[in-house]
Amino acid sequence: MGTFKFGVKDVIKYFTLLIGVFVVLFPPYVVIVNAFKSTDEFNRSSSLALPDSFLNFDNFVTVFQRGGLVSGFANVLIIIIITLTLNILFGTMVAYVLGRFSFKLKPLVFGAYLVATVIPSITTQVATFGIIKNLGLYNTLGAPIVLYIGADVIQIILYLQFIRNIPVDLDENAMVEGASLFKIYRSIIFPLLTPATATLVILKTISIYNDMYIPYLYMPKQSLGVVTTVLMRFQGVNTADWNLICAAILLILLPTVVLYFFLQRYIFEGVASGAVK
Amino acid sequence: MPVFGTLSYSKQKTIIIVSFLLIPLLLLATFTYFPAIKLVYYSFTNWDGYSPEKPWVGLDNYREVFGNPDIFKVFTHNFAYFAMGIVQNIVAIYFAVVLNSRLRGKNAFRMLLFLPYIMNGVAVAFMFGYVFDTTNGSLNVFLNSIGLTGLGQTSWLGTEGLVNYSLASTGFWRFMGYNMVIYIASLQAIPRDMYEAATIDGAGPLQTLWRITLPNMKPVIQLNLFLTVTGALEVFDLPFVLTKGGPAGASQTYVQRVVETAFAFNNYGLASAMSIILLFFVVFVLLLQQFVLSRGGNN
Repeated sequence: MGTFKFGVKDVIKYFTLLIGVFVVLFPPYVVIVNAFKSTDEFNRSSSLALPDSFLNFDNFVTVFQRGGLVSGFANVLIIIIITLTLNILFGTMVAYVLGRFSFKLKPLVFGAYLVATVIPSITTQVATFGIIKNLGLYNTLGAPIVLYIGADVIQIILYLQFIRNIPVDLDENAMVEGASLFKIYRSIIFPLLTPATATLVILKTISIYNDMYIPYLYMPKQSLGVVTTVLMRFQGVNTADWNLICAAILLILLPTVVLYFFLQRYIFEGVASGAVK
Repeated sequence: MPVFGTLSYSKQKTIIIVSFLLIPLLLLATFTYFPAIKLVYYSFTNWDGYSPEKPWVGLDNYREVFGNPDIFKVFTHNFAYFAMGIVQNIVAIYFAVVLNSRLRGKNAFRMLLFLPYIMNGVAVAFMFGYVFDTTNGSLNVFLNSIGLTGLGQTSWLGTEGLVNYSLASTGFWRFMGYNMVIYIASLQAIPRDMYEAATIDGAGPLQTLWRITLPNMKPVIQLNLFLTVTGALEVFDLPFVLTKGGPAGASQTYVQRVVETAFAFNNYGLASAMSIILLFFVVFVLLLQQFVLSRGGNN
């Protein structure tokens, strides 16, 4: 009887899991099958039917020719690289100062970062817009970069959590050997923060790649499209050509999905450590 | 750095503190605090966004937001996202418990259920645009093919009472796995011996779920629920991309309304007041969360 009961429970578990997987995979399935159909084939076949051939890459070629997708990928890559470099640099520097030294204004600096975490940047854009314009950053790649660095303080919180676990003995031993405080930052703290840096790189890459709001508001210029805004423009021009739009969707989904398959363990750890403090 | 290294440690400390904090604090001030302060100031003016003068109007904008039912009604559209978010958390807890039990292939299931979270939001929005399409949309084609022809004619994005729930279900699709992974992490943090002790005491599976699993998950459940509330208040990209707020404004969210008021109608004063009110709500929810969480910790 015990084994029977176990069996029923397992059937329910697998059944619900399979429903979940079906719901998750249904929309991408539709996009994948239709991305490989010619317009003629698309019009006469059911949207759920497989394409005649998975080797028909015409739609993808058309998307690349019409869409400005190459510059979209290039722009978002530049933004990600510069943002991450500065985020890692500033994040570790602030964490070093706040995690290792005590000074008069420390509670104030600490508080400034904590309060900043509760101000959602989406609410302050009306005022941020004018600041970006006055700085001459409107319609430049600089706008998203400074906003991703200045208005998102999650990296500071992440690094501060990690630096607490690096033993202070390491600093003190280095000081006995006469190392400068800068050397301690560069050769002890910075390398030992690498796990946090890895988490930061993964989560920020995904969030910047997926962001629409900031590039849409601050970089309306045609040549400054990122993948999200390029896709929006492409859809606006080719509204009825769903097979083309499906191909464009697929091309934009691909990079993060591939990244995910290789780095899933780190992504799960990053998501969990970001939330469970 | 030979010169720097020869200085005394207290001098080094001062130099490091100042030089390491200077640029980060400048960025924080410029792009977080300065906009917040300006926002408060604008909210008391009826500035149009470009004129040099910003006429002071006192509390008029706030009166307008609370007095004009058209503006405040938009929050009812955000309610759909909140309702769906609650369902999303319940489903996420269910799958987390299932995937934390002994089960073949659980890593593959976890990987697939989390997959939507890493997908590009705009691409997902258009993907669902196609799924929800009335005549060619794959959802209706699918419903018709399994015999639900009554449902298969539905205009998922064109019906006023339905559109927000259709959009919110896209959010559900995208973020359920994210909640689930957080819940799985919290389940794994529950010590094994608690379960062993419960089994020895003769507790059944439902009792262990109710008495051990859920109480131990409480802080994380609270955290996720608060994220659901603030997320629902801040919805923007899905309706903006998919429906442009239509049909007839039925799916316009509050942030969309703010953006439109400022950048399309050049009413920066009113938009600022609307932003401050949203900011106030979000901060209120977060403070409530801190209060509830710290109280839970003390008990």
